[in-house]
Amino acid sequence: MEWLQQLVNGISIGSIYALIALGYTMVYGIIKLINFAHGDVFMIGAFVGFYGLTHWHIGFIPSLLAAMIICSILGVVIERLAYKRLRNATRIAALITAIGMSLLIEYTTIFFRGAQPEAYPDNAVISKTFTVFGTQISSESIIILVTTIVLMLLLQFIVHKTKIGKAMRAVSHDMEAARLMGINVNNTISATFAIGSALAGAAGVVFGLYYTKIDPLMGIIPGVKAFIAAVLGGIGSIPGAMTGGMVLGIVETVVSALGFSMWRDAAAFIILILILIFKPAGIFGKNTREKV
Amino acid sequence: MKISKTFWIYTIIAIIGYAIIQVMISSGQLDMYYSNLLITIAINVMLAVSLHLVIGITGQFSIGHAGFLAVGAYISAICTMQLHLPFIVGLLAGAIVAAIAGLIVGIPTLRLRGDYLAIATLGFAEIIRIIFLNWEYVGGAAGMQVMQQTTWTYAFFGMLITIIVISNFTRSRHGRACIAIREDEIAADAMGINITYYKVLAFAIGSLFAGLAGGLFSHNFFIIQPAQFGFLKSFDILIYVVLGGLGSLSGAVIAAVALTIISLYLQDFPETRMIIYSLVLILVMLYRPVGLMGTKEITDLFKRKRKGGDAHE
Repeated sequence: MEWLQQLVNGISIGSIYALIALGYTMVYGIIKLINFAHGDVFMIGAFVGFYGLTHWHIGFIPSLLAAMIICSILGVVIERLAYKRLRNATRIAALITAIGMSLLIEYTTIFFRGAQPEAYPDNAVISKTFTVFGTQISSESIIILVTTIVLMLLLQFIVHKTKIGKAMRAVSHDMEAARLMGINVNNTISATFAIGSALAGAAGVVFGLYYTKIDPLMGIIPGVKAFIAAVLGGIGSIPGAMTGGMVLGIVETVVSALGFSMWRDAAAFIILILILIFKPAGIFGKNTREKV
Repeated sequence: MKISKTFWIYTIIAIIGYAIIQVMISSGQLDMYYSNLLITIAINVMLAVSLHLVIGITGQFSIGHAGFLAVGAYISAICTMQLHLPFIVGLLAGAIVAAIAGLIVGIPTLRLRGDYLAIATLGFAEIIRIIFLNWEYVGGAAGMQVMQQTTWTYAFFGMLITIIVISNFTRSRHGRACIAIREDEIAADAMGINITYYKVLAFAIGSLFAGLAGGLFSHNFFIIQPAQFGFLKSFDILIYVVLGGLGSLSGAVIAAVALTIISLYLQDFPETRMIIYSLVLILVMLYRPVGLMGTKEITDLFKRKRKGGDAHE
């Protein structure tokens, strides 16, 4: 039953990674940019959720929605201000801008509210523990899982059934051809950023519920790990991001459970390097051959 | 002949500059505060120049340079503090182990390109940091006490050797091969350049000098901790290279000197400093993506004038 317990914990953490990884994978799929600032959008989401629960007292669901809306606006602003001008720049220039944007968000947050951490309230949601087959399942993990599944189904619906989803798939397939077909590429890219950032915002709130402690630099490590999850699943692939997040979450919990909790972060990076060396396209990715 | 003449002129000017500052330090005209600033500048210049070889010359985007700095810092500190070897042996050991670490990291990761390489180097730097964090022999998270042994002489000659080796490497046949890889990997491959060999070579030389800088770095403070070698340190080094101009050695040197002095004045306002840094980085990338100097060297400015003079004759 010990292993089942670890599996439950792993899935809870993994679904948070998966939610963040979706934003990375969508943005990378469409403009081939590692949006380093994505982890910080996640942090902003956690803080909006915190203020929603403790200062505005609007309850869990409205706080979650507020975090998603504010993060999607933030994502679009970042894209319009910085990344849009870099569409035709070199990859290094885009990557450096993304790193700069990430640090700008982190330190602007510290500048305005200080670096001190905050704790999520315990009574944000009904706290209860269920015992199933001798496994302790807290209501928080159930809420995380339900939120993740609902959002992922919603995302699948948007991507596969709506017009904007079709446009997103077309742009990620071939930007020029999509433009010739009359798709507004700029709006589609902004929509991608909005959706990805909203998911990161939601991940921030559920992260706060699960770990309770949040601080302005909390986005760095989950951000990098979510990127690893996206690479693991095959970057650009939405089911890949979900699977990658779950696998990474479970591996980390297992490493901690074996008594190597200090090496947990290293495990994620070792997975990254192994996957990059042996199967750079990831689990669900397509192999692309380089042409001259 | 001409190149070696200019080379000796620059070297002699540099040594005269060193001698003047050394005399000022020994006569007490420059106090501890300023000599410390000069040592920090020299270390940062070494880091900037060594990363310039990897990013600016070979075009391999590594954002894990602080990992090799950490290797050099810890290995040299182990040599002097635990094994009681002389400082110079510690410096060399740190540099060599860092170069070996560069080989170990470089051989698998340099097959990757662009974004993937950046993330993989970041990952390796984090793994190196986590190893030191979990290694009780070097004090774990609490850090390791190190005696201050770095003097202006060590720092200056470290910097001079770094600049001489890397600028001569760049001008050599091997350096031109690295530049060819930067410009177009496939074309360079077609021209018969052994891409993997030169990438790994540049990476190992870059790591070697980062390790040397690490030895000077650890013996300049009284304590080293794994937290000093995190992602932010790599980012600090990266900004020197990017701001100075990707591919310009003098640009990297100028940016390292200028930013070290600026960050000294902003050290009481760390948030403001990081906000300014990140804004500068974004604005440079948006409006002048090649960096301040581009691929030009500061000596090119003088060369152009001389060429005008030749034409007149």
